[in-house]
Amino acid sequence: MNGYNFAYLDEQTKRMIRRALLKAVAIPGHQVPFGSREMPLPYGWGTGGIQVTASVLGADDTLKVIDQGADDTTNAVSIRRFFARTAGVATTTDTEQATIIQTRHRIPEKKLREDQIIVYQVPQPEPLFKLESSRAETRRMHALAEYGAMHVRLYEDITRFGQVAISYDYPVMVGGRFLMAPSPIPAFDNPKMHMMPALQLFGAGREKRIYAIPPYTEVRSLDFEDHPFRTTRAPHRCALCNADNSYLDEVVTDDRGGRMFVCSDTDHCETRQEAGHAGTGEALVREAPVGSAARGGGMKP
Amino acid sequence: MTDETLLSARDLSLHFGKIPALVGVDADLWPGEVLAVVGESGSGKTTLLNVLSGRMRADAGAVWYRDPARRLHDVHAMPAPALRALHRSDWGFVHQNPRDNLRMAVSAGGNVGERLMAAGNRHYGNIRAEAIDWLTQVEIDADRVDDMPRTFSGGMLQRLQIARTLVTHPRLVFMDEPTGGLDVSVQARLLDLIRSLVARLNIAVVLVTHDLAVARLLAHRIMVMQRGVVVETGLTDQVLDDPQHAYTQLLVSSVLQA
Ligand SMILES: Nc1ncnc2c1ncn2[C@@H]1O[C@H](COP(=O)(O)OP(=O)(O)O)[C@@H](O)[C@H]1O
Ligand SMILES: [Mg+2]
Repeated sequence: MNGYNFAYLDEQTKRMIRRALLKAVAIPGHQVPFGSREMPLPYGWGTGGIQVTASVLGADDTLKVIDQGADDTTNAVSIRRFFARTAGVATTTDTEQATIIQTRHRIPEKKLREDQIIVYQVPQPEPLFKLESSRAETRRMHALAEYGAMHVRLYEDITRFGQVAISYDYPVMVGGRFLMAPSPIPAFDNPKMHMMPALQLFGAGREKRIYAIPPYTEVRSLDFEDHPFRTTRAPHRCALCNADNSYLDEVVTDDRGGRMFVCSDTDHCETRQEAGHAGTGEALVREAPVGSAARGGGMKP
Repeated sequence: MTDETLLSARDLSLHFGKIPALVGVDADLWPGEVLAVVGESGSGKTTLLNVLSGRMRADAGAVWYRDPARRLHDVHAMPAPALRALHRSDWGFVHQNPRDNLRMAVSAGGNVGERLMAAGNRHYGNIRAEAIDWLTQVEIDADRVDDMPRTFSGGMLQRLQIARTLVTHPRLVFMDEPTGGLDVSVQARLLDLIRSLVARLNIAVVLVTHDLAVARLLAHRIMVMQRGVVVETGLTDQVLDDPQHAYTQLLVSSVLQA
């Protein structure tokens, strides 16, 4: 292994992280502090997720790494290579083949199974952080399940915009007890977390927090009875695979405002194309001025 | 008043170093009653309010609260979650400076609705309707419901704080100099409002004020404090018209001179 311990981290560190993970699984949605280690990657590159992955990875595992839904971005490729080199594990881009999926910003479209683990990279684990800057106070709010302030935020959004204006990292209640930040996945992906058969693990490297959702746990997006949580997606079909229910990215195709909507989950899209689904392959010509919306669903991170 | 008390304190003592902030203080409050705590600055009024409401611990003594099911609770022995829940629902606290209580970056409606949401109300339309109703009750125009508190005058901010506090229909409200820092004309209007709300909703109030005129207008009973000691207590009119203790006589006469 080129002088590294298996999966880079020493065994003692992995044991420490596994203890934190066990505690996190035992208290779904609760943030557990852990002694985050320096990794040979800068924060923001998923050091928290990498440490979690390193701690649960076995020699027989097959690893998939996605970034914004894609397997081929620099970030995804370097993390995959990192583990191929330091742990010698098989890697894949195929969601079905993977036993561990490390992700940033998306949950695969393909329904995950009981024998899979999904590891989320988390920049900010504290869902109350915009409302309350004191860590001691947010800990108290979680301990006492005092989440009125979060609903005030939703109330304000509905008052101002007619709807909740949170399109990424939309807060959820886990197991009816803990308010949790799902990491910057689109709100479109939130329902996938609910009763997911796969184990969901979350690692925040810079903030030194780990949390988890065990399989088949209730995960509810915060809402009001008369303004129920709704997912939104761009009202288009994927130009490549014709999917009408996947999360779409808007891709600019030329400098004259041409654009194309394609699946953000590249593996999902390719699998569908291999199965014979085909989109128009054509770019739409933008009527609105260039630069108004950059991502699928008209949402920005 | 033969009914059971809502709040009772016995033999409260608290020193800040050598300063006696509370010395052997007893207090009783009955449902629907307004009790004023008066005395000059530094006499221990705010400290008493904080100890009665469980926000601060005494060195000695006990505070008992009777819940709607008539169970007695030792306020200082209550688990923190239960005490915080009490402060969010059955109790309220009105601060002298409304900015200490309000969320200045949240609309008036959001401020009033917060306690409802904390109590589990999850219907936006109902919360908003309730907020508007309460704004009207504190004489703030319904069309200000979406405005930010920073656009409100001092008197409006204090009325907004009162609406935010009363929205859960608390049975007991602690008020610390609620009209302090306001212009005299604004004070008068606010006092009238507090008096009518408290009477109509049958809320018990512990009211801290250094202003005997405020106590006269709002309180059924009065406690006079001097250097942490309650020197005199009784019906407001009796105490103010016929003060027995020398310190009370001094207070009353200095008011008459003013
Ligand atoms: N936190 C504190 N630390 C030290 N001394 C205090 C503290 N709070 C109040 N005191 C002192 O206790 C006495 C009573 O204060 P306080 O209850 O605020 O009086 P009042 O509200 O009647 O003006 C004063 O002498 C005050 O300086
Ligand atoms: Mg005071």
